[in-house]
Parts: sequence; C-alpha cells; structure tokens
Amino acid sequence: MRSLRNRLFVVVCVLATGVAAVVLVVLLGAVLYKGWDHLTIGLLTNAPSRRASEAGLKPAIVGSIYLFIICAVVAIPIGVGAAILMEEFPPRGRVMRALHRLVQLNITNLAGVPSIVYGIIGLTIFANMSMFPGLGTSLSPRYAMGVTWYDEFYDEAGNLLRVRTDRRDAPATVVTNGMTATLVTDTGVQETITVRVMPIEAIDALHDDEQDPSRQKLAGVLSPDAEPQRVSEKAWYYVQLPFGRGVLAGGLTLMLVVLPIIITVTQEALRAVPNTLREGALACGATRWQMVWKMTLPAAVQGIMTGSILAMSRAIGEAAPVLILCGIVYISFLPANLMDDFTVMPLQIYNWASRPQEAFHGVAAAGIIVLLVVLLSFNALAIFIRQKFNKPLS
Amino acid sequence: MLVACGLFSLGVTLVIVLTLSIETYHFFQLDEVRLWDFLTDLQWNPLLGNEKHFGIWPLICGTLVVSTIAMLLALPTGLVTAIFLSEYAPTKLRAVLKPTLEVLAGVPTVVFGFFALTVITPALGWGLGWLFELNTYNALSAGIAVGIMCIPIVCSLSEDALRAVPRSLREGAYAVGGTRFDASVKVVVPAALSGIVSAFLLAIARAVGETMIVALAAGAMAPRLHEGILAGLDPTRETQTMTGYMVMIFFGDVSNYGPEYYSSYAVATTLFLMTLALTMLGHVVRVRFREKYD
Repeated sequence: MRSLRNRLFVVVCVLATGVAAVVLVVLLGAVLYKGWDHLTIGLLTNAPSRRASEAGLKPAIVGSIYLFIICAVVAIPIGVGAAILMEEFPPRGRVMRALHRLVQLNITNLAGVPSIVYGIIGLTIFANMSMFPGLGTSLSPRYAMGVTWYDEFYDEAGNLLRVRTDRRDAPATVVTNGMTATLVTDTGVQETITVRVMPIEAIDALHDDEQDPSRQKLAGVLSPDAEPQRVSEKAWYYVQLPFGRGVLAGGLTLMLVVLPIIITVTQEALRAVPNTLREGALACGATRWQMVWKMTLPAAVQGIMTGSILAMSRAIGEAAPVLILCGIVYISFLPANLMDDFTVMPLQIYNWASRPQEAFHGVAAAGIIVLLVVLLSFNALAIFIRQKFNKPLS
Repeated sequence: MLVACGLFSLGVTLVIVLTLSIETYHFFQLDEVRLWDFLTDLQWNPLLGNEKHFGIWPLICGTLVVSTIAMLLALPTGLVTAIFLSEYAPTKLRAVLKPTLEVLAGVPTVVFGFFALTVITPALGWGLGWLFELNTYNALSAGIAVGIMCIPIVCSLSEDALRAVPRSLREGAYAVGGTRFDASVKVVVPAALSGIVSAFLLAIARAVGETMIVALAAGAMAPRLHEGILAGLDPTRETQTMTGYMVMIFFGDVSNYGPEYYSSYAVATTLFLMTLALTMLGHVVRVRFREKYD
C-alpha cells in the first residue's frame, strides 16, 4: 500500500513538472506558428501603421534601446553602491544596526511592489512633478533649454514665414511692414525675406493679376490682421523641467523597477567572495575603501554583471510602467530628444495584440518572437559571462 | 556618497508612500467621494456621467477572482514540481528542467497576456463550450495565464526552502522505514514549511499586482456586485481588476485633475497596501518561523 502511494506520487510529480514544460513548449509553439509568416525585415525597419502588412517595430526598438541605456546608467551605480554599503560596511552601533535591518527589509518590500505602482509614481514624480509647485505642467514647462520658439505665418502666396519670438508665452508677433522673417520652402531651404504689409484691396488686386500666375509678387506679403501660430523647434539636447512623458522619465521609472533586483543580486555576489581575500587585503595594509575597490569588487564583478544583465533583461520586458508613463500608444516616429514621446517593444506588442483584427495578432506574435530573441540573447550573454570568467576565488 | 546610495532605497519607499497618500487625500477631498462609500459601496463606475459610484469592492473582487484561479493552478503545481526537483529528479533531468523554469520565469508578461487572449480563450471555448458560455474577455483564461506565470516563482522559492533541509532528516525518515513519499511529504515539507508559505505569499503578491495579462485578457468591465455576489464572482464573464482599471484610466491620457484621475491613485494605494501586507507577512513568516535544524 505504501509503495503504491509512493509510485502514485511519482506519477503526480512528473505530471506537475510536465505541466510547466508542456506549457512552455505550447506557448513558444503557438507564438512561432502565429508569427512566422509575419517575420520580415520590414518588421524591424518600419514604423507601425494601420495596415498589418506594413507594421513595424523600429520606433519600439529604438525606444527600448534608449530606455535600456538610461536605466542601466542610473540603476547600476546606485544599486551597486547601496549593496556595497550594506555588505562591506556593517554598522556597529545599535541605532545603525536597526537602520541597517530597516533598509534590508525595505529592499525586500520594494522588490514585491507591482510594477504598475512604479509607473504611477514615475508619472507623478518624474513626468509631471506635481509634487513641487511652481514648475508648471509637462506641456508648458517652467524651465526649458534648447528650444526656440517661432511664430508662423502663411503669406498670401502660400509660403511659410517664420519669425523668432523670445519665449513660449511671449505675446503674439504683430505684423509690421519691413520686419524680417525666414521663408521656409517646401524643400526646406530657408531664406530671409522682408515682410510687406499691404491693405486688403491691394492684396486682392495682386491676386487677380493674370500676368503673375506663380504669385511672385505676393511673396512675403501679409495682410494687417494676419494671425500667427506658435511653434517650437527643439534641438537634440532639449531638456525641460518637469521632464514630461519622455524618454528620460521612462528610464528613471524603469530604474525604480530594477533597483531592488540589482541591490539583491549585488549583495549575493559580494557575499560569495570569501573572507580570506578581504582579510588578506587588510593584512597588506589597505584601508577599508581600498580593500573594497581593489579587491572585493573585482572578485565579485562577474556575479554583479550576470545579475545586472538578467535584471536589465527583465526591465526590457516590462510594459506596465511604460504604459502608465506614455499614455498614448500610437507612436510612429523615433524620439528626437530626451523628452520626446516614445514606445518600447512590449508596449507595441500590447498595442497590436489588443486590436481586434486577426492580422495584427500575427504581427504581435512576430513582435513577440523578436522580443524573445532579444531576451534570450541577453540570457545567453549572462551565461557566457558566467562560464568564461569563472575564476575560482579561493 | 555610498551612504547616499544606501539611503536612496529608503527615499524611494518614502516617495511612494508620500505620493500615494497625498493624491489619495486629494481624492477623498473631492465632493463626490466619501471614505465610507469607498469602503462599502458595491458599485464602481466612476466614468458614468451622473451616477458615479466609487465603491472599491468590485475591483477587489475582480482581483481576487483572477488571483484565486491563478493560485489554484500555481501553488499545487509549483510545490509538487519543487518536491520533484529537489527529492526525486535525477541530476540530468534537473539540469534540463531548471533552465526550462528559468526561461518560463523570464518571459515578459505581455507574452502571457497574448497567449491568454489568442490560445487559452479559444481552447477553453472549444473544449468547455458545451458546459457554459465563455465571453471573449473572461477572468478564467486571465487567471490561468497568471497562474502559469507564477509557477516558476513558487517552484524556485519552494525548492530553495526544500534544499535547505539537511540530509539528516531525510535519512532519519528512511531509517524508520519510510518510502520516498513519506520522507518528502511527511518530513521534508513540514520542515521547510516556513519557506514554502513565504513562497506562496510572494506568489500571491505577484499575482495580485499583475497588469498586462489582465489588461489584455480580462476586459474592462468591473464586476457587477450589486446584482448579487455570484454574478460578481462569475469567472466566465468579463471582469476588471485593480490593475486593469489603472491601465484604463492612464491609457486614455486623462490629465485633467478630475475624480477619475484621482480615483486611480486611490486604487493604487489599495493595491500597494495589499502587496505590502503580503510581502511583509511573507518575510515575517520566513524569518520568525524558520526551523532550526540542528
């Protein structure tokens, strides 16, 4: 009887384990089956469009890369620094020990917070900055650098005229005879032109002039009540405060998501360094800081890098915080500066998958294949680093 | 400077708590909202023009339905898989299965949502269509997908707990004549129970906070609790969880500071408190009730 129960349990175990393996196979198989036909080069180089056959991932891929860089640059130093503080400089006094335990507990709690809450926090703190009064809103920021504001007129010949203004909220330019403007042709050529303001009757007379079909005489002519439209041109280094729903805010939000993971992983990597190494460094007369910087860190760097790569691969796959931060999900151009709108790969997949047309489901499946390939290569990189630099430490 | 890095994490928690509290406070300062209604009202439709209701219970019910289905799938499967991996599996099989579970853990949740919408729902409709009618958006397929996502978490944490049990206990069980089943289930699992319970709680916290799967597969209609408890708990119907509601609000780019905008903060606070309680409980269970094996 007991051996029967034993064998039955083995069967149950195998079944349960099989569930996980079978599910993975079915998942990958379904994704491959649905997406294989849509896996074209166009998927990687096009922008998303209304037609499923032309939809592409290019803005999403670029956005993911930007976000990855910003997140890594911010999260890894802070995370590694915090972990070094927790592990290498243990506190002595009672108060500091209690603080140490509090910070450790805090990191564990932060790891369990749902990523959507991080998205909401990022939206409030980084994008809108509504906590700090007086910074304006994200659409009309208080501080901006790298932007020039223009008033745009259309002259009577249909050309585009631009006049520089000082600030975003400067009053609208009043047309005066003889002021200089920049004429922007369709091809993008810019030339300076002097504005001529003529009364309405004279303009109408010139319109009816049959000897001048190309309206040469009307170039640069504005009626006295012409109203401009304010536009802005942002350089590539444009920054504004509050950050707005752009790439920088997205990267910082993602940093919040991966920070607990990086701290935990770095702590474990530092713990794996045997104490003999540390004591040897101290015995040679090194200070605490020298020991950490020159001895412990190089010994632990392999574990830190592996863990960081895995944490960043999780960050690439996160869609919820970016969804909260971005709002609008139909982005068809690349981000032009740090504050511009963007999208990431999982978000684009979500956008396609939530559409009712069947063809978009196939495109979403192809996008999933691309995303999984990226993630698998990250994991493979981590494993490769683990194997290659696996030097014995004692 | 290192101290600044260390205190940064404390700062993050402080910022989370402060932001959520302030915005929730703004929510309850609005004329249309009262704290009593929030805690007791059984309807949630803040987007309706005249008749706005702000009771939180429908959303909590939606979250609980999806999470319960997920846990019914994930907890037994994960635990039994962990027992198999730590007690029964030969080393070569283990070397194949562990990476499989790691890959499953690394799959982004959007993929699971897509899987739920395009594979699980049609499969359920095809297989169980004669039993009951299944809406395109339903809680059942979302719950199954969330469960599949949580299996690796339960499995890896439980397996860590099981492997931490020293061999002497197992050998003692064999010595008194137990089978492998007896040793595993009657000796090792109770010895590792604190770690296993902590793993369960962490998986529940993860399932509660899951966003993309429910956003894709569960729909956007809050459970209609005022029609009766069973109608609200029906898993074949479209449902909306707390996270799904937040996605819906912020997806529409609502930036006028109206009641809808603040209502999502109130929901976020509720969600944060739930996951915080679960995580802390898991930590306390693991530390407090940890068995001393020697």
